[in-house]
Amino acid sequence: MRWLLAVILLIPGLAVAEEAKPLADNPVAEARLKALAVELRCLVCQNQTLADSNAPLAEDLRREVREMIAKDMSDQEIIDFLVERYGDFVLYRPRWKVSTTLLWLGPFLLLIAGATALVLALRRRQKKLVDVALSEEERTRVAQLLSEGANRL
Amino acid sequence: MIPEIGHYALILALCVSVVLGSLPIYGAAVGNSMLMSVAKPAARGQFLLILLAFCCLGYAFADKDFSVLYVAATSNSQLPLHYRLAAIWGAHEGSLLLWVFILSIWMVAVSFFSTHLPEAMRARILGVMGLVSMGFILFMLTVSNPFERLIPAALDGRDLNPLLQDPGMVIHPPMLYMGYVGFSVAFAFAIAALLGGTLDATWARWSRPWTTVAWCFLTVGVAMGSGWAYYELGWGGWWFWDPVENASFMPWLAGTALIHSLAVTDKRGGFKAWSVLLAIFAFSLSLLGTFLVRSGVLTSVHAFATDPKRGLFILVFLAVVIGGSLILYAWRAPRVGLGGGFSMVSREGMLMANNVLLVAALGSVLLGTLYPLFLDALDLGKISVGPPYFDTVFVPLMTPAIFLMGIGPLAQWKKASLPELATRLRWAFGVSLVTALALPLAMGQWTPLISLGLMMAIWIVTTSAVGLRERLAHADGSSLLGRLAAVPRAYWGMLLAHCGVALFIIGVTMVKGFEVEQDLRMNVGETATIGGYTFQFDGTQQYKGPNYIAARGTFRVSQDGREVTVMYPEKRRYNVQNQTMTEAAISPGLLRDLYVSLGEPLDDGAWSVRLYHKPFIDWIWGGCLVMAVGGVLAISDRRYRLAWRRKEVDVPAATQMARQTVS
Amino acid sequence: MNRFLIPFGVFVVVVGFLAVGLTLNPRELPSPLVGRPAPDFSLPQLHDQGKVLSSNDLKGKVWLLNFWASWCGGCKEEHPVLIHLAQSGEVPIYGMDYKDTREEALTWLRQWGNPYLVVAVDALGRVGINYGVYGVPETYVIDKAGVIRYKQIGPLREDILQEKILPLVRELQNQ
Repeated sequence: MRWLLAVILLIPGLAVAEEAKPLADNPVAEARLKALAVELRCLVCQNQTLADSNAPLAEDLRREVREMIAKDMSDQEIIDFLVERYGDFVLYRPRWKVSTTLLWLGPFLLLIAGATALVLALRRRQKKLVDVALSEEERTRVAQLLSEGANRL
Repeated sequence: MIPEIGHYALILALCVSVVLGSLPIYGAAVGNSMLMSVAKPAARGQFLLILLAFCCLGYAFADKDFSVLYVAATSNSQLPLHYRLAAIWGAHEGSLLLWVFILSIWMVAVSFFSTHLPEAMRARILGVMGLVSMGFILFMLTVSNPFERLIPAALDGRDLNPLLQDPGMVIHPPMLYMGYVGFSVAFAFAIAALLGGTLDATWARWSRPWTTVAWCFLTVGVAMGSGWAYYELGWGGWWFWDPVENASFMPWLAGTALIHSLAVTDKRGGFKAWSVLLAIFAFSLSLLGTFLVRSGVLTSVHAFATDPKRGLFILVFLAVVIGGSLILYAWRAPRVGLGGGFSMVSREGMLMANNVLLVAALGSVLLGTLYPLFLDALDLGKISVGPPYFDTVFVPLMTPAIFLMGIGPLAQWKKASLPELATRLRWAFGVSLVTALALPLAMGQWTPLISLGLMMAIWIVTTSAVGLRERLAHADGSSLLGRLAAVPRAYWGMLLAHCGVALFIIGVTMVKGFEVEQDLRMNVGETATIGGYTFQFDGTQQYKGPNYIAARGTFRVSQDGREVTVMYPEKRRYNVQNQTMTEAAISPGLLRDLYVSLGEPLDDGAWSVRLYHKPFIDWIWGGCLVMAVGGVLAISDRRYRLAWRRKEVDVPAATQMARQTVS
Repeated sequence: MNRFLIPFGVFVVVVGFLAVGLTLNPRELPSPLVGRPAPDFSLPQLHDQGKVLSSNDLKGKVWLLNFWASWCGGCKEEHPVLIHLAQSGEVPIYGMDYKDTREEALTWLRQWGNPYLVVAVDALGRVGINYGVYGVPETYVIDKAGVIRYKQIGPLREDILQEKILPLVRELQNQ
């Protein structure tokens, strides 16, 4: 009987700590969901991505996106699906349209405008600051001051 | 009784601010010394009154006085004392009182540390600050009174939002406001200079330390906000380009540009009008931020409870203050004389290029933040502008600025030569490029962005080293230590601040490039390995906090078989508001953070768990801290200490008049 | 033009926009589906579980589709307006029970009255997603051709009903 007891006591020691399994059934699809969801907006939250929100609608939308990924829809098709129903508001990366041209070109234009303004300002400044030639009297005075200073050292 | 005392103190403070905002400025305009001398005592008196009001509100919180509406809305009998006090600035009305309180702290500081300023200047500066405080106190007394009574009193309060019940809440807003509001001093200096017509290099020299201190506080404040979001929100992010985050970042960008522009104005007298405009911008952005957070015009996780009526008041105030300043600028600035000339390739030229880039970046953030509003107002639809936009736009603008950070300090004033600079910097460039390309490969993952980030960071460090070496070579003194001591603190400050930026960039690059995340279902006893660390889940226990109940998980972390730490993430339910919160467990380290977040309990007793390995993430906030220390070091430079010790300058009237006409 | 006035000019424009912004609601999402065909659905009915309500059956008449739930506070707010409208008989109202349980929905209708001709059950919220629903209550005006003509976000108010919805309904019915 003692050997039976020994075996029973040994069994827990034989159990190796199990490796935890990924939460998602399909990690590849889940990674794709994550990549999409961080660019999508949770519509009922105060500014959160679809990936981070716990709101019921966010869970529903994640479920929809997961199903669309399973149906082999492309990223663009999934985005189009959501924009068709909720408008551009659902995208955190604004689409390029006529109305968003200023948004996307704005930073570049600001840079150009700033650089131009700087160059123009410098040019204007150069024109105004004309180097004045010293008169003979002033030259003598300068030499005098410089020699005085040298004597003091 | 105490809340009423606080209320009366506010009313008195309003009266004092009216006096402060009118008499000294008028006195300075007509040369009446008696009126001008009202400024100092008025500023100090206002400080004492606001301090009294602030303490009264604090007392109401400490005493759990739920007959005060604001206390009932943001506090609770179960809330621990330190959070009850932090709740003073937990919502709109109280945070306004904090705003005015901090403004009065800056006012009283100016009143003490301005003995070297001409009386007219000081009178105008304090007067302008008095006008600003008048607007805010009026706002509070009319539509946002923190002392409003709730009759009949509530039996218990609605509790502070659980997201705010955190040490970050205690320090972040005061730090942020010290920075934000501190730019009012630079603003007041600018307006005083415009009013008085004395816009010269000395103005910049006086203005610099005040601007830098405010900038240091703002750097710490913004960094703290980011760090707080990181450990509080439970998903490991640290910056979302949320409108309120942007509202605090834009003044920071303006302040950074201002510090650099003031360097040009101070040293070479150039771009005075631009520095003044930038000072007005910086504070305008602070005011704009105040508006955005409280008006309901933009959606944000941070927004206070919004009310368009309040929004209208702030907007009118903003329009008057900023509009008035810009009109004054348009009127007076053209008369400001030009400083010394300089070529595009010179230290001034590079500093101004830095300004162009920073202002372009600032403009982009502003554009992105306000664009949804623009389109909606024009009935062109609703869009969202989020991190993808800002990340795409911000990095390309900042990269040249950082590149310039390496060249600027080495360039000569007035005129520098590009080939000569290239020669001096060639090994720094080479080292940066090679290391940046090789390092990611050695670490196992190479992308262009990682290399770019590393290159920028290493570039800053190597060029700083080159600059320091050149400086030491030209310094007086026989020993190395002697020569090191001869380098002025302002220079060390600059080096340190720039290296802080390098540390920040390393943090961001490494985290974005090498961060690993795993979403798992973990049963008791199961393990997971991430980043070389093995996490074992030992189950959860119930834990009772002062005003919440939590499921506390235990995770034992080991590396190479040795146990490194134990982590306790929690899932809390707060009693009063019945809100569930995830409290992530973080194991911070110099080279990495380990981050564990509990998700939901699953059917079979398991939990959904999220594990992160984030390399170098603490360098992000460490870098910001180093930046701020650099700033402090720069202000402690000898010339400022000497200036403070000097008594008030006794300038004969004739010279003063002469100064005013020469412009 | 005095170039020093440019900052002031830009500021005036920004303030103008901010002022307009105070009158807007950044959380309200107008629907991109207005003017587009209403998404088809075919769902089991609430009262008679054997039967199905299909959007195709409703072609040829003007009707209102109201998304509601028993757990929704705003739905209680607008309910009297719906009851009143149902009594007037001007336009048929069809209900969509959104992410609700049958028991609670039936109890709720028994308690507060039933303005709907038929109620369909959208248990998982999928039809809601197709219609771009992001909260309840939401109401759609759909014309004879099955095109969405108007979306009301949030509770229906009597004044909105009289000023916007009923005139539109009458116009559509005359087509």
